[in-house]
Formats: sequence, structure tokens, C-alpha cells
Amino acid sequence: MQSLVIVAHGSHLNPGSSAPTYDHADTVRATGAFDEVRTGFWKEEPHFREVLRTVEGDEIYVVPLFVSEGYFTEQVIPRELRLDGWDVSEWDSDGLSADQAALVAEDVDREVHYCGPVGTHRAMTDVIVRRAESVTGDPDVGEGFGLAVVGHGTERNENSAKAIEYHADRIAERDRFDEVKALYMDEEPEVDDLPEFFESDDVVLVPLFIADGYHTQEDIPEDVGLCEDHTEGYDVPTEVDGTRIWYAGAVGTEPLMADVILERAADAGADLGTALDDVRETTRVATGD
Amino acid sequence: MAEPASDPADAARDGAPEVPEIDLPSDTFDAVLDALAERDPGDPLRFEGFSVARADEGDGESAPDEYVLADGDRPSRLSERELHEALDERAPAVTDWYAFERVVGEFGPRRAFLRWLEDADGATVATRYAALAEGVERAWGELRITATVTDRGERRYDVRHADDAGVSVDELDSYDDPLDARELVTFDEKGRYRPLKTAPTLAGGWVFPDLGPRDAYETVETIYPATVANWHREREGELDVTHWRETMERQSGIYGVIKTWDRGEGHEHVNWVAEACCDDSQCLKRREWQYDDETDLDVDGGDGVFPCREPCSVVVSAARKWTRLESEQPRTYEFELTPSEKEQVEEIIDAVADGRIDEIREADTKEGANRYRTRFLRAKLFDDEGNLGGVPTDPDEEDGDDADEDDADEDDEE
Repeated sequence: MQSLVIVAHGSHLNPGSSAPTYDHADTVRATGAFDEVRTGFWKEEPHFREVLRTVEGDEIYVVPLFVSEGYFTEQVIPRELRLDGWDVSEWDSDGLSADQAALVAEDVDREVHYCGPVGTHRAMTDVIVRRAESVTGDPDVGEGFGLAVVGHGTERNENSAKAIEYHADRIAERDRFDEVKALYMDEEPEVDDLPEFFESDDVVLVPLFIADGYHTQEDIPEDVGLCEDHTEGYDVPTEVDGTRIWYAGAVGTEPLMADVILERAADAGADLGTALDDVRETTRVATGD
Repeated sequence: MAEPASDPADAARDGAPEVPEIDLPSDTFDAVLDALAERDPGDPLRFEGFSVARADEGDGESAPDEYVLADGDRPSRLSERELHEALDERAPAVTDWYAFERVVGEFGPRRAFLRWLEDADGATVATRYAALAEGVERAWGELRITATVTDRGERRYDVRHADDAGVSVDELDSYDDPLDARELVTFDEKGRYRPLKTAPTLAGGWVFPDLGPRDAYETVETIYPATVANWHREREGELDVTHWRETMERQSGIYGVIKTWDRGEGHEHVNWVAEACCDDSQCLKRREWQYDDETDLDVDGGDGVFPCREPCSVVVSAARKWTRLESEQPRTYEFELTPSEKEQVEEIIDAVADGRIDEIREADTKEGANRYRTRFLRAKLFDDEGNLGGVPTDPDEEDGDDADEDDADEDDEE
């Protein structure tokens, strides 16, 4: 019996924090690729500490819904899941390349495949592009457009910037958008000065965050100048200093994220049948009207 | 339909409810045949009160479509048709086997929970079916779960808020997908976010009126995550309790500071935490964790049916705040209050702590925590900076603002 456990941060304060986790779990569930799909949280229930005891299967894949390798994926989650013998060297990662480690979870005395975070998977690049398609309503968006991928800087986590750059570089290589830049919230180049970094009249701004919350709904819109105060809201697009900014909100809310979750599990050996194709198809941006 | 319903009064006079008529469904009979096919001839499949095996010809070969039913001390040899008749006569026991072996399955927490719903004391099939025919009710947190049995021996479950017990299904919002419960548990009756699923603030007005066994379990699991698994471990004598000290020693990052709150000067601070957060008025889990494995807390752990095995994330987050606040040294402030004002301050604290603010009527000025009374107190006693009695919080500063600390707290939630 094959089980998927999606682990995410969750929130004590924001009721919407868990919504993307539940949505993607539902998408994966609908593919029928797993006999069960469970969700676990750091700030909600079931907690990381107790989620595995709710799992029935003996072939367990744990996928962290986090944007980069770091404190949560390397320390908190393995510790709270009680992965016996965990050491970050199990992933043998350069900060981007964690795939999976098979370890026994003491809580249930069963082996689990502990996967790398969704945010550093190569398939995440496609989700960022898909997000740009969603927010512009144009499945062919690219020509005449710039794309800004935004995250925390290295101040909080050195791998955070690596993930941003990785995806920005990969999108740039595709020559789809006129310009692609990696911007940061707490280091240069800063998202506050977005229009200075682009020549394009239209720029899609995609924050590499899992859920909408304080950073994506308050911090970034105000810093970029989409609004004076987040409570006023903002239009998409909004013109700032001559640049039309298409603000996408957290990339993690994009339905195609379910694909990255499946890719992580597949890389760790899960048998998914046609689920990957199914999810790519069902989460597409509708063309035309 | 043609048969008149049995008079409940008859059952009441007998002192025991009647066992309902059960028709053996064909899929249940087929499941029995499948189970027998997987067994060697002579290896019996056991039901309550009898067993069935494939007939053994003596040479290890089975006789096709011949079965042996052992009921008491005289085994009888039956054709498949006769077996069907025999099992139909014993339909309660056969459908009971089917319900647990083929529908509920082996998974420990689910099986134990569904069994417990209808059978806390190891009752016989007849007793259970008679009770199920009338509906067996169980409480789980704020839930009321009613188990029944159909005339095909299938279990059905009605799951709703205990406050809605007895309300017609038509008057409630009806659901059939257990995952829909995620929406029902997110906000309380006043629309406020519920960060703790086991807080006694579950809103009512909804019902899952007709769930099968697995969906009943999933619904309860969605409303009160992991409570069944922990309850099951406790029943098996395997609940892994992690006490306060061990939990806080494990914390890292912004929570690493909490362990410094334990200064080897007793555990009174943890009593206060448990009284604040873990009382039955705040959380329905029964607190089993203590200060450490040698030192029990002095406050009540509650009466909940499911246990709490370690301080939860809400307690850990609050403890981080208290660790910082409790590192401050007390100072002596001097205020002048009338006796009634002192009592009013106490009433305001009580009203907030007990969540009674919304119950205090707007014009009820007898209540100390009444809004007009409280606004009057503020108008009289606060200076322009919001200092009680005009006394600055810090004698060296005009303003004791701690906005910077609040900013740091955002690390906690992103």
C-alpha cells in the first residue's frame, strides 16, 4: 500500500496557510496514484510529530511543501518525524539537489522515503512559468514580457537565493520571456526597485512562496509599490514607474504544484502510473475564452 | 415494508432490544466463498458461534462446492446452495465478519475505533445488532456519532456536533465527503480561525448523515486529527508521552530559548501554562504529559476521551512568548485605585481569560468587564500615553513600546 504524506508549515494565525497543501493533496488524491494521501503540519494538526501514526501504508513517501533546503527540511522535519539516523549528508546535496533518503521513522517503525523540498525540483521551473500564464490569462505569455522570480535573500537561508537563481536561469535559457531576473526581499537586487531592472513594459512578478500570507500579501505588494497599504488591495496589472507589474502571488497556490509533489515521489521510487500526465493536463491554463 | 415495525415497547418490557432481521447480501456470501477458496480444505473460517470450511475428502483434495459447517458439536456437510441458506440464517454473524474483515480492514486505529463505537465491552453480535438497530451513540470531543445497521448488515454512521443531537437532518447542512470537514473545522461560530482543532469551539449546524465505516473514521480523523491513533495507542498501553522538559529540550531555532525557562526552581511556571492552555475549557484532549517523568503537574489534565501526549505547537509558541516575558524582573508600581476599581480590573481579567466578553451585555454596567465600565476606567486612569495611573512602565522612559519584539515574532509565521 503506497502512501503520500505532504508536510507543510501551516499557521496559527492565517486560516489560508494550509489551503494550498489541501488543494494539492486533493489533486494528487484524484489521480488515484496513492492508496492514501495525508497532510501534516508544523503549526497545525496533525503535527509532524503525529502524522505518520495516521498513515496506514507500508510504502511511505514524505514530500515537504517548502521552497528551499534549509532549517525546516534539514532539521525540523526529520527530527519531528523521528527519522532514525538522519543526517543532512543523507541527501548529499549542494543546496539544490536533495532527492530522497530512505530511513526508518521510529514513530511507526516503518521505512519512509524522505524527499527533497518541492521548491528546488526542476519541475518547479514549469510551475513558475505556469503561474505567469495564470496571472496574465495567456498560455503563451512571454514575448514582450519580463519575468521576476522573487524570494527571501540569503539573510535567512543561504539556499533560498540558490533556488531563486536556479529557476530564473532555467527560465532564461528557454528564451521565452524577453528578460528574466532573480530579485530578493532582503538583499540586492531588491524587489523594491523592480522597474529599474527591466526594460520590458510588462513584468510578471512571481514570489517563490508556498502559501499567501504576510510576505506575499503585505510585504511585497507594499515594497514594490503596487499599493500604499495592503488593505487597499491592488490591480493586476498595476503600473509602477512606467512598468506594468503583473503580481502573481505565491507560486505555491498554482495547481500545477501537485505535479512537483508527484515528481518528488516518483524520483524516490513511487509507482505513479499515468498520474504525472493526468495532473499536467487537469491543471492547464484554459486557452481562448 | 409490509411487515409492521416491531413495537419498541415490547423490547423495553423484555429488557433487551430485538435483533433486527438481516438479509445476507450476495457480495457478503461471495466474500465468504472467496475467503474459503484461499484456505486449505478443512481450515475453518470462524464466525461468532460457528465456523465454515471447505470439505476435505481425506486425501487433502477438496470436494468441489462442498462445505462443512460446525455449529456446536455436530458438523454438517452442505452444498453451496445449502451453505447459502445456512449463512442466511446466521446473517448477523456473517455480515459482522464482513463489516470488520472486508470493509473496515486491519489498520489498528480505524478498526479499534469502529469496534468501540458499537462495542465498548466485547458484546455478542446479537447484542450489538440489537443496539445498532436502535442506534448506538458515542461522544468524541464535541462530536456525536451514531452507529446503525441496515437490513443488509452494513454499518452506517451519522456524525454531527453534539449540540445538534436530535435535530432533523433536513435542518442541518448535509455532507458526504469526509474531506469537506476541513472547511467545517477552520472557523468557530463567530468566524474566528481555530488554530487548535481540539479546542472546544467546533461550530455546529452540519451533519454527515450516512457514512460508511471508513468514511466515518476519516471524518473523525479530519475533525480531530490523530486523536484516534493516540487513543488507540493508549488502549494498547503504548502511548508515547513526551513530557514538558523533553519537549522543550528538543526545540531549536526561535523556540530554543524555551528550555531556559526551566531553571531548576520547580515547575510552577508549567502549571500556569497547563492551566492557561490545557484546561478542558481550552482543549478537549486529556493532558497526559507532565513536567518530567518524575514530576507531575499540580493542575487537572482534563476528562477528554482522547489523550494529549506532548505539549502541542500552540503551547510551544505561547511558551516562547512567556519565556521572554517571564525573564523580566518584577518592579513595584504605585497606583491609586478605589476598591471597586481593583475588583473591576480582576473582573476584566476573568472575563477575557474565560472568553466571556461577548456575553456581557452592552448596558449591563453591573459587570466590571462591561464596555462602558471599562471605557470609563480608561478615561479616568490612563494618561495620554496610555499609562495606567499616569505611571510610566519604565521609569527611565516615557513610553514602554515593544514594537520591535512584535516584529521579531513574525519569524514565527510565514
